[in-house]
Amino acid sequence: MTLNRRHLLKFGGAAILGARMTGRLFAAPAGGPRFLLVFLRGGYDCANLLVPYSSSDYYEARPNIAIAKPDPASNAGALLLDGEWALAPSVRDTIGAMYLQKQAAFVPFAGTDDLSRSHFETQDSIELGQPSSGARNYRSGFLGRLSDTLMGAQGSSSPIAFTDAMPLAFEGVGAVPNLSLRNVGKPPFDERQAKILSGMYTGHRLEAAVSNGLELRQEVAQEIADEMQAASRNAINIKGFELEAERMGRLMHDKYRLGFVDVGGWDTHVGEGADQGTLATNLTGLGRGLQTFSQTLGSEWSNTVVVVVSEFGRTFRENGNRGTDHGHGTVYWVLGGAIKGGMIAGERQAVNRGTLFQDRDFPVLNDYRAVLGGLFRRLWGLSVDQSAQIFREVPPADLKLA
Amino acid sequence: MAHRLGKSRSVAGPLNAAIAALCFALLLACTRPLTHVDNPGIARPARSSTAAKSRPVLHREDMLWLERVTFGLNSSSVEACRTLGRARFLEQQLELPGNNALPPPIASQINAMEVSRADPAQSIAGVNGQYKVINAMPDGPDKEQARKALNDRGNKLAYEAIRRELLQAVYSPSQLQEQMVWFWLNHFSVHQYKANLRWLVGDYEEHAIRPHVFGHFRELVLATLEHPAMLQYLDNSQNAAGRINENYAREIMELHTLGVDAGYSQGDVQQLARVLTGVGINVGAAPKLKPEWQSLYRRSGAFEFNPARHDFGPKLLLGHAIQGTGFEEVQNAVSLIVAQPACARFISRQLAIYFVADNPSPQLVERMAQTFMHSDGDIAAVLRTMFLSRELNAALGGKFKDPMRFVISAVRLAYDGRPISNTRPMLNWLNGLGEGPFGRQTPDGYPLTEVSWASSGQMSRRFEIARAIGAGSAGLFDSEDGSAAAAGGFPQLSNRLYFEAVEPFLSAKTRDALARANSQVEWNTFLLSSPDFGYE
Repeated sequence: MTLNRRHLLKFGGAAILGARMTGRLFAAPAGGPRFLLVFLRGGYDCANLLVPYSSSDYYEARPNIAIAKPDPASNAGALLLDGEWALAPSVRDTIGAMYLQKQAAFVPFAGTDDLSRSHFETQDSIELGQPSSGARNYRSGFLGRLSDTLMGAQGSSSPIAFTDAMPLAFEGVGAVPNLSLRNVGKPPFDERQAKILSGMYTGHRLEAAVSNGLELRQEVAQEIADEMQAASRNAINIKGFELEAERMGRLMHDKYRLGFVDVGGWDTHVGEGADQGTLATNLTGLGRGLQTFSQTLGSEWSNTVVVVVSEFGRTFRENGNRGTDHGHGTVYWVLGGAIKGGMIAGERQAVNRGTLFQDRDFPVLNDYRAVLGGLFRRLWGLSVDQSAQIFREVPPADLKLA
Repeated sequence: MAHRLGKSRSVAGPLNAAIAALCFALLLACTRPLTHVDNPGIARPARSSTAAKSRPVLHREDMLWLERVTFGLNSSSVEACRTLGRARFLEQQLELPGNNALPPPIASQINAMEVSRADPAQSIAGVNGQYKVINAMPDGPDKEQARKALNDRGNKLAYEAIRRELLQAVYSPSQLQEQMVWFWLNHFSVHQYKANLRWLVGDYEEHAIRPHVFGHFRELVLATLEHPAMLQYLDNSQNAAGRINENYAREIMELHTLGVDAGYSQGDVQQLARVLTGVGINVGAAPKLKPEWQSLYRRSGAFEFNPARHDFGPKLLLGHAIQGTGFEEVQNAVSLIVAQPACARFISRQLAIYFVADNPSPQLVERMAQTFMHSDGDIAAVLRTMFLSRELNAALGGKFKDPMRFVISAVRLAYDGRPISNTRPMLNWLNGLGEGPFGRQTPDGYPLTEVSWASSGQMSRRFEIARAIGAGSAGLFDSEDGSAAAAGGFPQLSNRLYFEAVEPFLSAKTRDALARANSQVEWNTFLLSSPDFGYE
């Protein structure tokens, strides 16, 4: 740790900052900002995304899977960010480009105090956003509470989950539309059929849910038709998360303001790869997807913030299978057209063997509740009380990203 | 909704001929004079239509009540309920059936499954051994292939467990038992993708849950507590003196017995966790124990109580002192917990939410809880109180079907006893609706109320699946090994059962939709998408 170390305030310090956190991030456009949470399920290996290239221990701990040091003179390889950190080559052209435009920032040493190192347990505890010990309410997720708070504060929240089932994060809110955009085909019903189906629920308590659901399905079908037209015109053939992200971008541009999506495939116990390989391929797809998302939003990108989280980081040292095992601290990403990006944010410390948590993992210095809570306060100008409705036990930290 | 018997039926044009034939067949089938079934506790309006006198008439409330007791109507359940009346039908449903209650083609499918013969202790021992071998292999394609082969075996066993559950849910005449198997599996939920659980979930259902669904609640709790699936799922296999893991202790009280607001403390969780130390899994050799511990060691299959891992210090649980005696402590602690009035109320309320209403009347829950307390937690007695209650009768027609009830009831109605040979389509539908068996990651089980299943996205998905069910056999008659269909089978929703037990009670809006269907597929889709079918 040599330069740019910023001791950003956390916990107790946040309260002092509270008074300064009331300003809105953006010039209050109609409907307020848009927010997308991207959950990388499986615990992605943050050390091969945000590379602590100045740490010789990193290279010793990963003889087979370390990302090569950045070469400032080269346009390829890892992207030099500062005196300590470099960005993986797999996202250089996408997220790296955003970083250089100050539209991306990273929060290393981020995560939760849950020490189970279990995917499910830790994902759940983050999505619920409740104390990690003690009784849990599985019917109350933090995006659900955010949605409720926004409903109270501004009368609408326009939430949507781009998933097959309602994620825990959205538990507790009624009528959140959910639809996975991974494999959507043609609309299942034509207009006449949709009308007949809706007609059966006229006056029924599900009337709104039914007509909204059929409508959303039609909308998505329309988006896809547009997409195919664009594809044939521009000869673009995007797939996987990129395709999903473009669809998300269209829907969030037009209608929705509070989104959730999850992306799997990060549990790299075996054959993780380095500059190239399994993880690099996944990161490339994710980076392209998020870039596509930003482009699809167009001018609305400056009114949008994306946060990428994962349940935990992975072991600092590679294991016997050229992979990494479940760890603790990770790196969150914050992206957006108008954020104060181009920086590494949050509490930090040097990366070496001596600072590892339990001699194996990155420590957690930035609790996810503090990071997200602080961001939410900035984005929507929430009061301390409103913020406490979302994350009761951990006060918000102001990372000054937004 | 008014009774509509005797009124002219409005249905899709293309179906008229079929309907005429069906009506004729119905008349022929009903020449046996049947008297009205006594319906305890429920006043029935006198029926004046001559049609009602000349053939047995089904009542809307009875059909809705039958839908609550069963996974959905089929001809044999309708017939049994009509013959026996509610009270006697319920008594029959509350008995555990013999082995030969299933239709022979279904029974033989189940008998042929590996999961029906697998021994969990042997399976786990084998899997552990194979993982050791695989981990010792050098990296490379051989290792990956061996890992994949082992995974495939686990997936196959877990799928067989699901297949067996779905086949029984559709075809078993003991429908209440099947619903209770689902209910308790969900109440004591485990997730197939944790650790080695895919090798265990079939045995968990068959031996921990199924024999106890109508028994005393304490025995059910102990059966799950002594099963390796639960011990692994909630980490108690790692709970030992000096290395406490509270996970299972917390969930026993919070999710399985008392409910979250029952007044127990974090201290009680810690005390129960200490009681549970040493309760775990062993599929290898018995541990070497000090002589004074040897008589305290217990082992049954993969379950083990190891005194060497147990905390023998005195504990204080829910205000009661527990002396360090070994596994007896666990039995006493479970007795203590299930004897709390909070347990009777929590279990009664969960049952009432699933079977009666999302917000069941407190009076009903209290009566059920009284039955629970006075009968030493006799689940059958509690169900009797519930199913014959006024409150259930008042709530008929208002319960939204969760995906399991939706899919099973659709297959029961569409194929009415005709044996399917492939359950993959059903599993796909359930997964598509977000309620795959053994698929809930969190220990709380799937939610039981409408709000969790009727979001806008879920409703449009449900209509899509309604169409998938209604559009054709969807592969239900393909053989499980992937070879071609032995026989086709179109979902015959407009069947005799439909005209007798469903059509007379349809709402005007649903009738209107059905009348506008352009094809049988559309008609099927509309019927399965209708609120009349979606609620029970």
